[in-house]
Amino acid sequence: MSDHQNHHEEQHEENHIVSPKIYAVIAVALLLCTALTVAASYVEMGPWNAVVALAIAVFKATLVVLFFMHIKYSSKLMKLTVGAGLFTFLALVGMSMSDYISRAWGSF
Amino acid sequence: MDSPTAALHEGTHAEHPSYQRHHFVTMAQQKESASFGMWLFLLTEIMFFGGMFTAYLIYRNWYYAAFVAGSHTLSIVLGTTNTAVLITSSFTMAMGVWCAETRRRGGLIVSILLTLALGLVFLGIKSVEYHEKWVQHHVPGLRFDAMTFVHPHAEPGQAAEPPLSLDMAEHTEVYFSLYFAMTGMHALHMIIGMGLLIFMLIKAIRGAYDNGNIAFIENFGLYWHFVDIVWIFLFPLLYLISRHQ
Amino acid sequence: MSTILSLPDQTTARIPKRNYLNNENGLLSWLLTGDHKRIAILYLISITFFFFIGGALAGLIRLELLTPQSDLMAADTYNKVFSMHGIIMVFLFLVPSVPATIGNFLIPIMVGARDLAFPKINLLSWYLYVIGGCLTLWAMITGGVDTGWTFTTPLSTHYLNTNVVTAGMAIFIAGFASIFTGLNFIVTIHRMRAPGMTWFKLPLFVWSHYAASILMVLGTPVLAIALVLVVLERTIGIGVFDPTKGGDPLLFQHLFWFYSHPAVYIMILPGMGVISEVISTFSRKRVFGYSAVAFSSVAIAVFGFFVWEHHMFIMGVSNYSTLIFSLLTMLVAVPSSIKIFNWAFTLYKGSITFETPMLYAFGFMGLFTIGGLTGVFLGASGTDIHLTETYFIVAHFHFVMVGGMLMAFLSGIHFWWPKMTGRMYPEKLSQLAAVVTFIGFNFTFFPQFLLGMLGMPRRYAAYPPEFQVLNVFSSAGASILGVGYLLPILYLLWSLKYGKIAGNNPWQATGLEWQIQSPPLTENFVEIPIVTQDAYDYEWLERQKEREVTQVG
Repeated sequence: MSDHQNHHEEQHEENHIVSPKIYAVIAVALLLCTALTVAASYVEMGPWNAVVALAIAVFKATLVVLFFMHIKYSSKLMKLTVGAGLFTFLALVGMSMSDYISRAWGSF
Repeated sequence: MDSPTAALHEGTHAEHPSYQRHHFVTMAQQKESASFGMWLFLLTEIMFFGGMFTAYLIYRNWYYAAFVAGSHTLSIVLGTTNTAVLITSSFTMAMGVWCAETRRRGGLIVSILLTLALGLVFLGIKSVEYHEKWVQHHVPGLRFDAMTFVHPHAEPGQAAEPPLSLDMAEHTEVYFSLYFAMTGMHALHMIIGMGLLIFMLIKAIRGAYDNGNIAFIENFGLYWHFVDIVWIFLFPLLYLISRHQ
Repeated sequence: MSTILSLPDQTTARIPKRNYLNNENGLLSWLLTGDHKRIAILYLISITFFFFIGGALAGLIRLELLTPQSDLMAADTYNKVFSMHGIIMVFLFLVPSVPATIGNFLIPIMVGARDLAFPKINLLSWYLYVIGGCLTLWAMITGGVDTGWTFTTPLSTHYLNTNVVTAGMAIFIAGFASIFTGLNFIVTIHRMRAPGMTWFKLPLFVWSHYAASILMVLGTPVLAIALVLVVLERTIGIGVFDPTKGGDPLLFQHLFWFYSHPAVYIMILPGMGVISEVISTFSRKRVFGYSAVAFSSVAIAVFGFFVWEHHMFIMGVSNYSTLIFSLLTMLVAVPSSIKIFNWAFTLYKGSITFETPMLYAFGFMGLFTIGGLTGVFLGASGTDIHLTETYFIVAHFHFVMVGGMLMAFLSGIHFWWPKMTGRMYPEKLSQLAAVVTFIGFNFTFFPQFLLGMLGMPRRYAAYPPEFQVLNVFSSAGASILGVGYLLPILYLLWSLKYGKIAGNNPWQATGLEWQIQSPPLTENFVEIPIVTQDAYDYEWLERQKEREVTQVG
């Protein structure tokens, strides 16, 4: 069924094996980021504390998704799938917040 | 142990391996379907935890002082240790997948054992933390008392936490509700994952993955890394709220 | 009346010797099957069972509402009856109705695959459904639940002494059945298409199931977590939704409707898929604006996630947010009307015949349009304040769910019955059933629009006497509707043994499913087809037939 493969060609994942070296580098990076986020929480930054904490967390999650979960080496469909999850999650948070942030408007 | 590269070539060029299911035309199709299906399942997990993250965001903005006070009752040492443990377990799991891909049975078994051990350490530390909450009357619903936040008492050698108004102190229960709901659901996922790890360990010892039929390991790896990601967010959100205060 | 029905010569025709129904025998071969067609049949039997339970409860509701006083049952019994009616009909009938039965049966065949991507998960889905269903029945038998189908907090967490936990867990489990069905469909549609079957050669039935599956996969887990939190709040008393502890009960509604509004599209989209197939087949034309209809399904799925708050306009949400959601709600009307317009244009200058599936499809188009348009009243935040929580809203969603979805389900069941069983249903009787259903439906639910406009609130066992005339109309209509639903189950069962042999393609339709034997082989295709024709290409079908004739000659 070679036709079949041609047809799906653009969606084919390469059978990519990520080397242990990359895994080790990522693991070390994740541990360093953990230390960084703990350290950052002890620094007074006002509202930026939360932003920094989340930014580091997003960065760490991105590393895990890209390398540990092989998304960097996966097909467009997989990347799109991850994006769809993120999009729907943001829809849930964002649209809910549209209610919560504006409830008190105009009432004072 | 076989030479990994030779084994690899055999595996990828075999036309119809015995483990190809009848309704798939090619092995590549079967493999892609499995990992795509796993990713879709992880999307449902994102949305499952997403509901709780939404709740967290709203209540944190409403009851910021209560969230700070609640967060300060958690041990940063235990939390950081657990984060490191979980990240390391993700690494050992990734190594397990690599060992399976390159047909190293010994390496696979060691990786699974290490992942399992680290998972146990994580749950052990978590249960120590839960126990502490129980002792401190910080378990919402079952055993909760907000008075420690109204009249905080100082540990010797440390400054006392600033006291909260009674109203705000009572809202720490919302923080602890979310703390237990989120970490509890996370721990539940870990327990399920460890059950699967044991299942995988037995199969690996029996040599079930030596023929290259490793879709299960790869997809389990995705699940385990996802659980890691959830913790990566839970840690700063629950433990690190404004530690400088 | 003209018909396109072409059956083989009944004196010589036989049901194919080898097919999925008789491939293996014994109860276990059904209970442990991985065959998507058999699982579809299992699902069909179970959802029919729950439909009749839900229907019986609906009968009780209408009987109680025959008189203004609460006399047939006590008010709290009435609450339990309508709650169970809603829970069973929504979660155990409408959500799995078309996707888990007709979709399960047809999606692999339509894309040219031998099975769904994960046959075991498909079977697991059915078992989860059955467990969820049994738990629901258990909750009903051991005292019922009276939260309404929405499990609204703090009513469900604090003020009720009924089986909320059991029912909540039942829906949690049934939700996973739905997730697994959707997951399986998405993977199958992406990864299992036959050679040459590009996205734009897929039947619209597949497109609409794809869109519904996205909603199932991304929406259902949010309902799951909302229910888990309700159960935790009820059992151990955590404080996420509890206002006395600082929680926000509205957050529960946000999470609940984040699923339950898309759930409306989970219910209706597969039905729209059925209608596309039926309208095209019985007007012998390619669906007008194929890609517009295909994309409108996806658009409905995407917009579906951005409108949920219109269920909460009067619940105390922010006015500004109400404005945004009200505007976004109007957006959903666009893809829905694209579909209706395109079906109408498909009919235009088509060679229309009026077989039963087509009658049901006409019923769908009319009733869904009314249901959809009244939805605009409810989506507009101004009129919503008057109309919500009245019988207007009851009539609105019954027009969409029963008038739309159930009509589509029956249309699909009749349309593919010959494929599923190899036998035809009795045509005249089923046309009668379609007409009776349509008349009964309008008698039942149209008066409820008027009642709602007059201000009769929903969810009460008693009402002021001046509403009685319209309520009697409605209850009378319900009994006609009941007959309309009983007829199909009787004659469809009858047809299993006595129906005419259908042959491969009784409707002269173009889908891949009609090019194989009926009932199909367990492996669907002897050889995986190579697809060159577009969907709904009736000329291609003619050429195929000519070629067969010349080859045989």
